[in-house]
Amino acid sequence: MSNIPETGRTPRVQIRLVVIQVLVFSLLLTLGGRLWYLQVRNGAEYTDEAKNNHVQQVVQPAVRGSILDSQGVPLADNETRLVVSASRTELMKMKDSGKAVLIRLAGVLGMTPKEVGDKVRLCDNETPQPCWNGSPYQPIPVTDEATTQQALQIRERAEDFPGITAEPTAVRRYAGPAKANTAQVLGYLSPVTDEEITKAQDTDSPFLRSDQVGRSGLERTYDKYLRGDAGVTRYEVDNLGRVIGQAKSDQAEPGSNIVTSIDARVQAVAEFELSEAMKAARKEMDRNTNQNYKADAGAVVVLESKTGRVVSMASQPTYDPNAWVGGISAKDYAKLTSKKSNFPLLNRGIQSQAAPGSIFKVISSTAAVKAGYDFNGSYPCPSSYSIGNQVFKNFESQGYGSIDLGRALEVSCDTVFYGLAHKEWQKDGGNKPKKGANDYFYKTAKEFGLAKETGIDLPNETAGRIPDRQWKQDFWEANKAGWCKQGKKGGDYVEQLAYEGCLEGNRMRAGDAVNYSIGQGDTLVTPIQMATIYAAIANGGTMYDPSVGKAIVSPDGKSVQEIKPKSHGKLPIDRKLRDQLDKALAGVATTGSAAWRFGGWPQDKIPMHAKTGTAEVYGKQTTSWFASYTEDYTIVMTISQGGTGSGASGPAVRKIYEAMYGLDAKGGQNLKKALLPKPRTGLPKIQPDGTIDAPEVKPFVPDKKPLDGNEIAPAGDNTGQVPQDPGAASTAPEDAGQAPADPGQAPNANEQLAGPPARRD
Amino acid sequence: MAGTSGFSVSGYGPERGLWATLAARDSLARRLDWPLMFSALALSAVGSVLVWSATRNRTDLNTGDPYHFFFRHILNTGIGFALMIGTIWLGHRTLRGAVPVLYGVSVVLVLLVLTPLGATINGAHAWIVLGGGFTLQPSEFVKITIILGMAMMLAARVDAGDQVHPDHRTVAKSLGLAVVPIMIVMMMPDLGSVMVMAVIVLGVLLSSGASNRWIFGLVGAGVVGAVAVAALGVLDEYQINRFAAFANPELDPAGVGYNTNQARIAIGSGGLTGTGLFKGSQTTGQFVPEQQTDFVFTVAGEELGFLGAGLILLLLGVVLWRACRIARETTELYGTIVAAGIIAWFAFQSFENVGMTLGIMPVAGLPLPFVSYGGTSMFAVWIAVGLLQSIRVQKPMSA
Repeated sequence: MSNIPETGRTPRVQIRLVVIQVLVFSLLLTLGGRLWYLQVRNGAEYTDEAKNNHVQQVVQPAVRGSILDSQGVPLADNETRLVVSASRTELMKMKDSGKAVLIRLAGVLGMTPKEVGDKVRLCDNETPQPCWNGSPYQPIPVTDEATTQQALQIRERAEDFPGITAEPTAVRRYAGPAKANTAQVLGYLSPVTDEEITKAQDTDSPFLRSDQVGRSGLERTYDKYLRGDAGVTRYEVDNLGRVIGQAKSDQAEPGSNIVTSIDARVQAVAEFELSEAMKAARKEMDRNTNQNYKADAGAVVVLESKTGRVVSMASQPTYDPNAWVGGISAKDYAKLTSKKSNFPLLNRGIQSQAAPGSIFKVISSTAAVKAGYDFNGSYPCPSSYSIGNQVFKNFESQGYGSIDLGRALEVSCDTVFYGLAHKEWQKDGGNKPKKGANDYFYKTAKEFGLAKETGIDLPNETAGRIPDRQWKQDFWEANKAGWCKQGKKGGDYVEQLAYEGCLEGNRMRAGDAVNYSIGQGDTLVTPIQMATIYAAIANGGTMYDPSVGKAIVSPDGKSVQEIKPKSHGKLPIDRKLRDQLDKALAGVATTGSAAWRFGGWPQDKIPMHAKTGTAEVYGKQTTSWFASYTEDYTIVMTISQGGTGSGASGPAVRKIYEAMYGLDAKGGQNLKKALLPKPRTGLPKIQPDGTIDAPEVKPFVPDKKPLDGNEIAPAGDNTGQVPQDPGAASTAPEDAGQAPADPGQAPNANEQLAGPPARRD
Repeated sequence: MAGTSGFSVSGYGPERGLWATLAARDSLARRLDWPLMFSALALSAVGSVLVWSATRNRTDLNTGDPYHFFFRHILNTGIGFALMIGTIWLGHRTLRGAVPVLYGVSVVLVLLVLTPLGATINGAHAWIVLGGGFTLQPSEFVKITIILGMAMMLAARVDAGDQVHPDHRTVAKSLGLAVVPIMIVMMMPDLGSVMVMAVIVLGVLLSSGASNRWIFGLVGAGVVGAVAVAALGVLDEYQINRFAAFANPELDPAGVGYNTNQARIAIGSGGLTGTGLFKGSQTTGQFVPEQQTDFVFTVAGEELGFLGAGLILLLLGVVLWRACRIARETTELYGTIVAAGIIAWFAFQSFENVGMTLGIMPVAGLPLPFVSYGGTSMFAVWIAVGLLQSIRVQKPMSA
């Protein structure tokens, strides 16, 4: 066989064979080139695509931890409900965007098609609630109250309901034990938004599309602990979605349980008494306005004096926290966020700000002592105090001659404090302030922790305000343009005020100083701030950060992380002054302005200390304040447009104490009936399996006896005082609560931006 | 061996003494084209593993035995190998004498497909069900008989020394011989096979030395025919859709474009070295339809990567290179035409098959020679290898 075989073929055939060969190899080269392009050059891109192709995530939501009261009774837990959800992605695939399916669904669920449609639409700037604020890829709950019957109908006729599911799902339940609603303290949940998912992506607690997030209250503060970790199983699936392997699996970790210091039973009493006190106030005639008191809002805070723990915290108006569960309805949402309903979402215990009135006088007394005045000195208490041609009346009191500071507190004599404040104002330079003015009254207030958050473990606490020189300057600079435009010399009252504000609104005038000394004017405080201060007086001077959370208990019960009381400082008082204040405040309850409310109180066994307050609000009825403490507890109550401190709030506060101590109206103690005669120190018992023991609590049944709010007021408590200087409080201390982050649009706090400055002299 | 029953070689050569004959002519073993043989064997072996990987989870197909298709592929290869030996032993010249019979049988078989005996698999009505799970795809054999038949007619007078090139009359007659089965296959319809046959005819005519007018005329007719077919709506919808999806695979990723899209993802995700055998998610997850047959190349792409898939192309290249050598080196036109026809067949079918998985050719139901699972196709390509070997070992007629 030769290497070059002889062929008898023509060159034509030979050339064509070469052509064929060249063609063949160019085809192969083409394939090779394309293969290199796909695999080596763009390989990574296709690898990702393949991954998306075959990995399916199945999210097992973590069971959210419970919020328990101090006995272990669940205030918030979970229950299994039949949730009917609609998948938007499925519906959108249909020709009519799923309209027909939703109409059928509405029929089965007994809802109107519009209601169903609204539930599944996506929220945007123009879409009002209800709308779906979560991920559009997540099934959207239409109702969580489906009956078994309805669920069966949907499941059996699956072909009529493509994209609709009916599954038993664990949903939040606010159980309301003992009829304690606790709404604002607990807060609420709503679905996580896309932005939140993006934001939390790289943190150690990323969100899943299905997550519900705490939006306010404890649900928000302790969200990280309550949420747990959802289980994510990544399955490798084949083209039909059949599972062919498990890529990665994280078991769902239930959230931790939070034990709080709230006592559900006391909470129920506090809520009831607050509501009753407001009802009673609405029956009272306000002689200033010749209308009944509106009593449009109120709050009561019960603290453990020695730890700052919150035993109960109630806010009015209130709402049913279960309204949020499974998506809120349009009606409910409108109700919760409207001005008409006066923003029930606000936790007024920490978010309402008002002038404190006379309960501020413990601070003024301290300021006076710091300024060098003897607590036991003798100070004139006339029925009025004049500065220039302006007369400042003794609001809550009458003339008592010359008395010491303790007595001035007891009888709430304004003129004593007017005098001291006026003198100090003069010492600081009066209308021409000295450099480095002492400003004892203002500095002391700040040392009491005012104008600053107390640090309670609830979100969006407001700070309040102390109207010192710096504030006046800032406020004037922010508002003078408006005042100068509006102001008119010799115009009507508002125009005149604006005129003066424009001229000298930045100056601390004598009237400002004296009004301030009795807790009126531009000062703003929150109930929790005052409760913290009075608890500090009770415990010897430690200002605790109030706290609701007591312990974080892991779901298996093995890890218990106790939340220890923290303090944010000491009151600027020494032991002696503390005792003097303590004695004076006890006097308030026995012989002073609150004595008529504490007849029969076993003062020898359970010494009661109290201070009443009635704060004026420009354009509104007076704010009622009542601050009180015993050795173990501190209770502060306030009612907006509710009248006087002792008149509106006093009896309710007493009733709360009575329930806790097991007292009857005559002062007899029955410890068996006492709800909480001593603060609970330990935690509820945790079983080895992680469950937390909870005693059964009976729903709170109030006494049938009518509230004894109609007794004749003693002369010392001047109910229905006519504010003689209408400008005394220029601000409208509305509830300046910060908005719940989402989805409720914030009820806008109408802060005092437009109001003219006070006229003081 | 029911699969071969329709194309038995019995009656066309000595029935006994095959091995003895082979052993006796020890020069034969030395004259065989071993690179061709080894490449073809290697392709079949790789094919068996790829088919295995693609089907070991397909409980719907493999009746619960993950090795089912693996062994079947090896068995098919074995039968194919035996057919190759038989073909070598008979020799392509002997087969020339049998062309009328072979041609007749193959035409009858493709006609049978049009009868109720025929079956539709994957939209192509190209099969005869033989029972017992065996099927036959006669169009594969038609490819061979077209090559042999045309080669016989075109080379007869040239090899006899009467003509330098086949004259027009001969070319026309040979075309007529090819057109009959092609028309039948088109009626099935099995468009992929029709395309391959058309290319085979082109290759045969080219290598026969037929006048350029025939070549250009044929190419022109092919273009006009394609346009006419598209314009007159002769094609079924699925065939048009395949072309549409080829032009724009994103058109309908869940429907028509699905195959091409998933195939491309599978190959692309293989990268340089692949995910490893049995570890390809696209393959394991059965995302690529028809992966053991028409889309077998995607298994190689995904699990063996550029290196493995490239090796397959390289082996195909060796087969074609050896075939080209054989075509050029043989002294008679008959052998040249047969070899060229086989080259055209292998080259185009491989290009179309791999090209569609790579998204540069429209989807057509064609197996990858040696690699794809499928008995008839395997037998046909091994017979073709036998023909090539036979041409190679044949002593020149003039010698």
